Amino acid sequence: MASLEFGTLLADPSTTDQPFADDAPVTRRRRRVHWGRGTILVVAALYFVVPFYAAMAFSLQRPTGGFSLQPLSQIASAPGFLSALWLSTQLAVITMIVVMLLMVPTVIYVHLRMPRFRRAMEVITILPIIIPPIAYSVGVLESAPSWLRSSQYLLAIVYVILAMPYVYRSLDSGLGALDLKTLVEASRSLGSGWISTIWRVLVPNLRSALMSASVLTIALVFGEFTIANVDNWTTIPVWIYLAPTDNPRVNTLVAMIALLATCVVLTLIVSLDRSQSRDSRRS
Amino acid sequence: MAMATDTPTNVETRGASPSGAPVVFDNLTRRFGATTALDRLSLDIAPGELVALLGPSGCGKTTALRVLAGFDRPDLGRVLVDGNDVSHVPAQRRDMGMVFQSYSLFPNMNARDNVAFGLQIRHQRTAQRRAKAAELLELVGLGEHVTKYPHQLSGGQQQRVALARALAIEPRVLLLDEPLSALDAKVRAELRDQIRALQQRLAITTVFVTHDQEEAMSMADRVCVMFQGRVEQVATPSVLYSQPATPFVGRFVGVSSRVAVTRRGDHVEVLGRDVPIRGDLAAVPAGELEALLRPEDLDVTVNPNGLGVVTHRSFLGATTRVGVGIAGANLRVDVRSAQADDLELGTRVDVSVNARDVLVTTRQPSS
Repeated sequence: MASLEFGTLLADPSTTDQPFADDAPVTRRRRRVHWGRGTILVVAALYFVVPFYAAMAFSLQRPTGGFSLQPLSQIASAPGFLSALWLSTQLAVITMIVVMLLMVPTVIYVHLRMPRFRRAMEVITILPIIIPPIAYSVGVLESAPSWLRSSQYLLAIVYVILAMPYVYRSLDSGLGALDLKTLVEASRSLGSGWISTIWRVLVPNLRSALMSASVLTIALVFGEFTIANVDNWTTIPVWIYLAPTDNPRVNTLVAMIALLATCVVLTLIVSLDRSQSRDSRRS
Repeated sequence: MAMATDTPTNVETRGASPSGAPVVFDNLTRRFGATTALDRLSLDIAPGELVALLGPSGCGKTTALRVLAGFDRPDLGRVLVDGNDVSHVPAQRRDMGMVFQSYSLFPNMNARDNVAFGLQIRHQRTAQRRAKAAELLELVGLGEHVTKYPHQLSGGQQQRVALARALAIEPRVLLLDEPLSALDAKVRAELRDQIRALQQRLAITTVFVTHDQEEAMSMADRVCVMFQGRVEQVATPSVLYSQPATPFVGRFVGVSSRVAVTRRGDHVEVLGRDVPIRGDLAAVPAGELEALLRPEDLDVTVNPNGLGVVTHRSFLGATTRVGVGIAGANLRVDVRSAQADDLELGTRVDVSVNARDVLVTTRQPSS
């Protein structure tokens, strides 16, 4: 190709067309009060907040009256709590990595090469929700090789299957919002291989979908009780259930903190995603 | 159907050394189930030449481009680039820049990063690739938009960034897949001229797919008209217009009217005048015939006793296109607008043929 030294051959500003009208600064609109929506929001908030407040009050209330944060200090020293937390964290991380490694290329492949198979994929990925967890865990335990039965990775594998419906739907809607075929072909025509295309082009544009899939996976792992209990692993939900009942305030507090932590993580991830989107839109 | 070809344009005459690679479609066949998208397609493209693949929807032009790009593989035949068979080379190793019909910029990257993407893949240093991206964006007139994201750019600007991105990798062949079709008319005309100017400056071999004959005729060195997966004719725009090799090309390219004719040896009688038959007489089909006439092949004069009646008129600027109903045919005739005042609707007129010869084909049912 010839050198580009001829410079601004086409740099005539008169030929540059203007951005879309909807790119113009958004004028501040007068906020309208939607009473219906506000009422629903208040009712929903009460539905969530009142039990939460009651449980927290129960956990932190002193028998003599008033509140104390002293039960918080008891959590870390509660027998088995830290190991349960560590196990749940490990499982969440492993599950998230494996389910993403499995599902991202699969869903991309289905969208690109087998679009007719999407309906079948939806049905297949919803099966883990339909099949009762107990039937599931017994089946997996029976069929797993003996070396894997004593490993926490077996539980992670089960969680990968359980997370599939949520991850598939998040990715499916994320990919549906992209002109996938054109982006992939543009990337490949520029010399990028498949892995590079997924990593550099698709994953950044699926950020919201991946975020929501990750949050759902973490929430699922931190909240799953049945299979972990049947498989004899003391994850956080199992610990809450099995912990000595001489101090039920601590158990309740842990449950509430787990709930709160999930909400905080969810909020953080959504906020991070929004701020990144906003930054990327600033020129 | 016979294929007609012209010699590839000599790009040296444009004052720039051709830096693109020659491209050969060698007997390409591609089938999708029962549909044959490419039917033994053969085409030679010279280095630095811009060839437009023109045809109606489903004629196989996009399939041909996708086979060249490496997004599809032929069932039979070969694609040669610079003399090498690339039929089985993956798209990412073909060094071809492509601009797509739909906006294909990566939404997560600004204009500069989009342009620099191919260079990043080629492990160029950050400073180098940024400098080159800025240079290319300047070249396409977007030097002040380097940090803008795709959603902050108009359609025309996005396509110009896509063009800069395709050029950044210094491709052996530039592929344009209807890049202007999503743009409004004014931007389309501007960008059309810009792409052509840039292509001529860089003397890069370019294959341009379009269904818009005006685009093809105004931009291309040669136009390849395709129909049902086959090449109907490859020629310069002027030859294609003035000497269509097949009835399909005659009907598809430009505007033409069909008139029932009677053959008399090597002539046909058209509107009362004997006119020589164009092309190979042996190829003229037997049976009922019709002639294809361009608007400028006909003259119209007002005559109160004439056989024709003006049925419609369209002002086109310097010329006015007049529709004349005569002997069961609807003829379209171009007259100078200054002389069209007398040709009101319902005016009786005479129509005569001024062409040196005419293209003759089998009479279509509607004529």
